[in-house]
Amino acid sequence: MRIRYVKLIMIGVLAISWCGLWSLSSNGAAPGSWMNVILADITPLAAAQQRPPSQHPQPNSENGHLVVQLCDGRTQMEIADVREGEVLPPEKARLVARRMMARYEQQAKQASKWTRRDRLIWKREQQRLVEEGRRLFHDWKAIGGTIGISCDMCHPDAANTHPETYPKFQTQLKRVAALRDMINWCIENPVKGKPLALDDPRMLALEAYITYQRRGVPLDPGKH
Amino acid sequence: MWPLKWKQREQRYRQERADFFAAVKRLDRRAFLKVASMAAAVTTAKTVLPPHSFQLIDVVRASEDEKPLFQFAYISDTHLYERRLNERFVKAAMRAVEDVNALDPQPDFVLFGGDLAQLGQPQELELGKQILSELKAPVKMMVGEHDWFLDMGEKWQELFGPPNYSFDHKGVHFIVLMSVNEKDFWTARNMTPMERMKTVAGLDNPIQSRFEVGPEGRQWLKRDLAGVSKETPIIVFSHSPLYKYYRPWNFWTEDAEAVQEILFPYRSVTVIHGHTHQLLTNRIRNIHFHGMLSTAWPWPYAPEGLPKLTVQMDRADPFDEADGTGDGTVDVYKSGYVDKHYNLWSRNPITVAKAYLESWGKEARPPAPQFPSY
Ligand code: HEC
Repeated sequence: MRIRYVKLIMIGVLAISWCGLWSLSSNGAAPGSWMNVILADITPLAAAQQRPPSQHPQPNSENGHLVVQLCDGRTQMEIADVREGEVLPPEKARLVARRMMARYEQQAKQASKWTRRDRLIWKREQQRLVEEGRRLFHDWKAIGGTIGISCDMCHPDAANTHPETYPKFQTQLKRVAALRDMINWCIENPVKGKPLALDDPRMLALEAYITYQRRGVPLDPGKH
Repeated sequence: MWPLKWKQREQRYRQERADFFAAVKRLDRRAFLKVASMAAAVTTAKTVLPPHSFQLIDVVRASEDEKPLFQFAYISDTHLYERRLNERFVKAAMRAVEDVNALDPQPDFVLFGGDLAQLGQPQELELGKQILSELKAPVKMMVGEHDWFLDMGEKWQELFGPPNYSFDHKGVHFIVLMSVNEKDFWTARNMTPMERMKTVAGLDNPIQSRFEVGPEGRQWLKRDLAGVSKETPIIVFSHSPLYKYYRPWNFWTEDAEAVQEILFPYRSVTVIHGHTHQLLTNRIRNIHFHGMLSTAWPWPYAPEGLPKLTVQMDRADPFDEADGTGDGTVDVYKSGYVDKHYNLWSRNPITVAKAYLESWGKEARPPAPQFPSY
């Protein structure tokens, strides 16, 4: 059975707007009406003379379900509980558009077991820890300080903490020390608190903040 | 074997020292660099021999056949908490007072460079006043942001008077300029006075506004200078640097250009500023800028914007509480330009000589750090 995808206006607007943006930026075509944008996508400027307009074979379903296709002509989705000829409710249309775009993005790269959502979670959790570290770094009470001195007073934006140089020898400790040893040293001495247990969540947070502030700096263990 | 070796070393040292002083006597500018390197050799020898008291600065003075007119001392950025919370900063401030009282001859006056208190609290300011009252020489007070933003300067002014004032001393016109005003960021955020204070106190806190002298301060400055001849040497005391170094940490004065514009017409202008807790040197046209050390703690150099003429001080040793801190003196010459002495408590003192800035860094370069910032 044959279905015409033009029915799906809601999906069309969402998905095509992405295709349209892509074609605008890659072809440098002037912005125009929606129709122009869509045409530009199907027949990119100069190439249009040599190539016949791309033909997107219309998708079909064996079961009479609605089948939706993106304007790349490849990405398709069959909607099990909607029959061909029916109109998708707007909520559902948005969901379908999102799913199809996610699938489209994956096709452009290698198939991965990680979704965009996974990546957002990674980023969010890491940033949460960095923010917690930033807070501790600026709050002498929260790390057990006793004389009103916090880390940021001597290390604004964590300057001069040099996490990329660890482990390295520290004369006063008489051994090669890890970053966390120096963090603890500064907690005990200028800040006059008690050293944190090495697996204290606050230690992890301080490390997260300090190293994040120096992201991109090449590793150089042993540098003084 | 060992005593003989030592003797040889001592002989060599004495010879170097004798050559050095001989050279000083017939010094001209070209010979200066040569002597400077000899002085460095003698200084290196210092580590194996009893310390002595001569410094390269004597050479510079001799070379110009000109003696400074007078000296003043400075103490800056003590950041006092109440004694029962934090003794460290109190002791450091007292050490600076002792240093200055031990100067012989006594300086003509002592500049206090601002940030007497850590959080602008009345007890902190009063403690500071009490400590500074031990100074034998007269004190000129300057305000810093840590003194100001709890009560917008009320207590500080009650104790020390107006934040903008000027005076004349031995032919030099001195101006103390309030340069840590900030545009109101607190009202819209409904901050308490203490929240406002702590926001300003956080160097890397991006919420606050940037320092400025502000339109009223600039008006005051113009009025003050109206009666001063363009030939009169000017020395400005300002807490913020009066130029733009690094915006994110407020090592910065937002209206610096407008202030400099007011100062350019004068033949010689020197700005001595606090706030940056580090050895800092700059020159813009006829204006020479010098930073001051803090007694409380040193600050790292900012990741960018460091003036080219600055020769950094070594990164501080975290295992030595006093490293990177100190006080200092300023020798003022007839021209109004100065030799700026940084009396680092845990290192050899460093002088940024007038000749260094006058020659745009070609002569009298201060010693280079072994562990610069990175
Ligand atoms: C009173 C000033 C002061 C305070 C407060 C302070 N530190 Fe430090 N810290 C220093 C100095 C000075 C150094 C040496 C910096 C350098 O090597 O350039 C240092 C070094 C370090 C280093 C090692 C840097 C290197 O280059 O090897 C780390 C890590 C560090 N501090 C973390 C902290 C943390 C975390 C806190 C808060 C708990 C803190 N510091 C509080 C002064 C301070």
